[in-house]
Amino acid sequence: MSKVQKITPEIVAEHGLSADEYKLVLEIMGREPSMTELGIFSVMWSEHCSYKSSKVHLKKLPTSAPWVIQGPGENAGVIDIGDGQAAVFKMESHNHPSFIEPYQGAATGVGGIMRDVFTMGARPIANLNALRFGEPNDPKTRHLVSGVVAGIGGYGNCMGVPTVGGEVNFHASYNGNILVNAMTVGLADADKIFYSAAAGVGNPVIYVGAKTGRDGIHGATMASAEFTEDSEEKRPTVQVGDPFTEKLLLEACLELMATDAIVAIQDMGAAGLTSSSVEMSSKGGLGIELDLDKVPVRETHMTAYEIMLSESQERMLMVLKPEAMDKARAIFEKWELDFAEIGRLTDTGHLVLKKDGEVAADMPVAPLVEKAPVYERPWVPTPAQAEIAARDVPAPNDLLSALKTMLGSADLASRRWVWEQYDHLVMGHTAQRPGGDAAVVRLPDSAKALAMTSDCTPRYVFADPKTGGAQAVAETWRNLTAVGARPLAITDNMNFGNPQRPEIMGQFALSIEGMAEACKALDYPVVSGNVSLYNETNGKGILPTPTIGGVGVMADVARMATIAFKAKAETVLLLGETRGWLGQSIYLREIAGREAGAPPPVDLAAERRNGDFVRGVIEAGALVTCHDVSDGGLLVAVAEMALAGGIGANLVTPKDAAEAHAFWFGEDQARYVIAVPGGEAAAVMTRAKAAGVPVAILGETGGDALSLDGRSLKLAELKGAHESFLPRLMGAA
Amino acid sequence: MKSAIVVFPGSNREGDAKAALKQATGKDPIMVWHRDTALPKVDLVLVPGGFSYGDYLRCGAIAANSPVLREVKARAEGGMAVIGICNGFQIITEAGLLPGVLLRNANLKFVCRNVGLRVETSGSRFTAGYKKGQVLSIPVAHHDGNYFADPRTLDELEAEDRIAFRYCGPEGRLDSVYNPNGSIRHIAGILNKKRNVLGLMPHPENAIEPLHGSTDGKALFTSMVEAVS
Repeated sequence: MSKVQKITPEIVAEHGLSADEYKLVLEIMGREPSMTELGIFSVMWSEHCSYKSSKVHLKKLPTSAPWVIQGPGENAGVIDIGDGQAAVFKMESHNHPSFIEPYQGAATGVGGIMRDVFTMGARPIANLNALRFGEPNDPKTRHLVSGVVAGIGGYGNCMGVPTVGGEVNFHASYNGNILVNAMTVGLADADKIFYSAAAGVGNPVIYVGAKTGRDGIHGATMASAEFTEDSEEKRPTVQVGDPFTEKLLLEACLELMATDAIVAIQDMGAAGLTSSSVEMSSKGGLGIELDLDKVPVRETHMTAYEIMLSESQERMLMVLKPEAMDKARAIFEKWELDFAEIGRLTDTGHLVLKKDGEVAADMPVAPLVEKAPVYERPWVPTPAQAEIAARDVPAPNDLLSALKTMLGSADLASRRWVWEQYDHLVMGHTAQRPGGDAAVVRLPDSAKALAMTSDCTPRYVFADPKTGGAQAVAETWRNLTAVGARPLAITDNMNFGNPQRPEIMGQFALSIEGMAEACKALDYPVVSGNVSLYNETNGKGILPTPTIGGVGVMADVARMATIAFKAKAETVLLLGETRGWLGQSIYLREIAGREAGAPPPVDLAAERRNGDFVRGVIEAGALVTCHDVSDGGLLVAVAEMALAGGIGANLVTPKDAAEAHAFWFGEDQARYVIAVPGGEAAAVMTRAKAAGVPVAILGETGGDALSLDGRSLKLAELKGAHESFLPRLMGAA
Repeated sequence: MKSAIVVFPGSNREGDAKAALKQATGKDPIMVWHRDTALPKVDLVLVPGGFSYGDYLRCGAIAANSPVLREVKARAEGGMAVIGICNGFQIITEAGLLPGVLLRNANLKFVCRNVGLRVETSGSRFTAGYKKGQVLSIPVAHHDGNYFADPRTLDELEAEDRIAFRYCGPEGRLDSVYNPNGSIRHIAGILNKKRNVLGLMPHPENAIEPLHGSTDGKALFTSMVEAVS
């Protein structure tokens, strides 16, 4: 064993292991571990890699359906989309690194998630991202927005993968802990999916891609601890991205995957060479022996500890068929990437690492994975919030000026400033650009398309985690439906505070319950995901944010619906029931100045009924203008449709609406606004009623203003308010 | 018409360009890898968008010195048609096929959106399918599209009718609000002296079918085909 360093309790604590966990390490090893071994235990048992606090709850999520090819547990989820094709997707967080170093943190988040997808044999065809920042006027916010957006663009644009959608929110709870959740959707042949389980004793273990440096050491451990004042000092744990190398790695891997050379493949993400080698060998039930002197390094005198814990980007580990080595090497040479045989599979069941002729680590793989601590952490339910009656919320002087204020507010303002920095058109298949309900990307040589979206309403989850969890799932389902796609499956990115606090664990446990209910009711399983805990700074947690990424499929992209009004004199209809729910609404926060109340209830049966109806009409070719109603309520939805189409509308408050402001700004769920040619409205209404879907006439399209009950506001004025927020915030440097 | 697309490590719109050329010519263009020194016999070479060699140095600077570009340059001098789009424009400009330089966008940000593009001349094989003054809607997607040249070069370009496209408003009006990158005199694309080389920042290959929301880029590819046949 190399240079023996005494493992003191301080060293154990620095590695984020508790005294009990270290006791377990000693038990497994039967001796004191070497520093390298301790480092490996530390990252493998970190919250980030082991899911030790979340595992017992995640099990409750439904993960299967006839179209699920691969559920959670691999690099990404895989679903069958027909015609022998599969969609491969996942969302992952890069929160702490992005706060410390926004450009590189966000960039490598994007790089990491794309690698997860192409490791499975899929070509990435779209990226999305869900971003949550602190208050707009917080001194760090502009710097973070600017860096994160540039970083996402810098990486994705260079890779030539369009960034087609996502979401951006602002809230004080993220002031010291922003969220950067990146999602990639890839396309593969359903019978050519690549997995990570190693097989074949004696088979060579190959390292490809970028060289290993000292960056990102202990990134996974950092992601598993709270932030404090000195988090700036953790900058060296942030990785540095090189999208060009990743582009080469992508092309080289896909070229190799087209041959029959690969036994197993795993990207080096969090915990780098450690987690990739451990996962491959544990899934295959084999041992693995690595000669660390053969690992391509970009710095001299790197220790075994550093090599194993480095999180340098753009690297892959593969097990190849021995006879395919020459062919594989030639491909990587063509792409000018390192290709190094660094070890082989063994039948010992041990991970053995050699460095400078000595054994730096020799540890059993199975217990390292299987005996990883699992905690059933104590949790308390979130206290229920009182319902807020519409009559207890003051009405505005003028509905339209309230609308203008809301459309220009941080959470509802146009995100154009953000997505114009992302190449959302490269590849030439973007059918629906950012700004709609869901992005739509056509599949090559096909009329078929994938729709994708990411959603979460953290203020709902905070007020009632179960309802909020269900709502996040339902909103993605609704957004996919609104463009005409059949929702198939989701990826979840669970961003929460410190799991050791029972109230945070309660948020986690209950939102999972809500998500599970929604997934079941909507036949909409979870196929991949990521958990990010300890999103706290100085003991203050973020709003609980279970970001959901949804993917759906449509048979004919030509029938896709968009939110934009298409023509004047069309009838504007509301589908779904409106009670005027103002609790936790944007209206309540932006106009009445309160963040309070219970969030709108989620009726999953109504969600399903209304959505299935809308999708049916779109699929039949009878509807091309549709928008789901979410943040801000009905009037915001109609205004967005008018602004997108550059056509106004003349609206009338229905007589049976109790309070006009609650009717127009309430955030009741399971609703859609549609517009159909005047002559077709009656037929659509009859069909809706027959399907049991509540339907009401809101008005008619036309003109260059939004008119409501006789008052009116020019679209140009609304547009000014809607479009100016982000440029003004970001331009005032 | 036979066409080829030069592919560098880091190119990323070669597939989009291939689709456009295939649509216009009915056949797949030949994809030429950057290490190839022999260029097949073709009528047109397209240098596509992307981040050649990562573009960590000045955009296009390394690609401009690649073996295949020397060959492209020699053929262009012999009269073969060359079109450089986005990174391709940067590359052929760095290689000296066109005058001037592409600087970082004036607001220092990457920009992806549809822009108005005014056709400044129909007197070339690339723009013969358009009318002078016609306004097109074509997307841009770049970080370094801010065209710059000294006043004498610019005057010469104008005098010789070598400005192919300018950024403009929906009615063809020139104004800085319509210019996505701050390029001098709102220049979006230029021709060489012999008018067989075009470089432009916007992506006509991303405006060739209804799915793209505009088909205004199509005529650029079809007119190149017609010029040859």
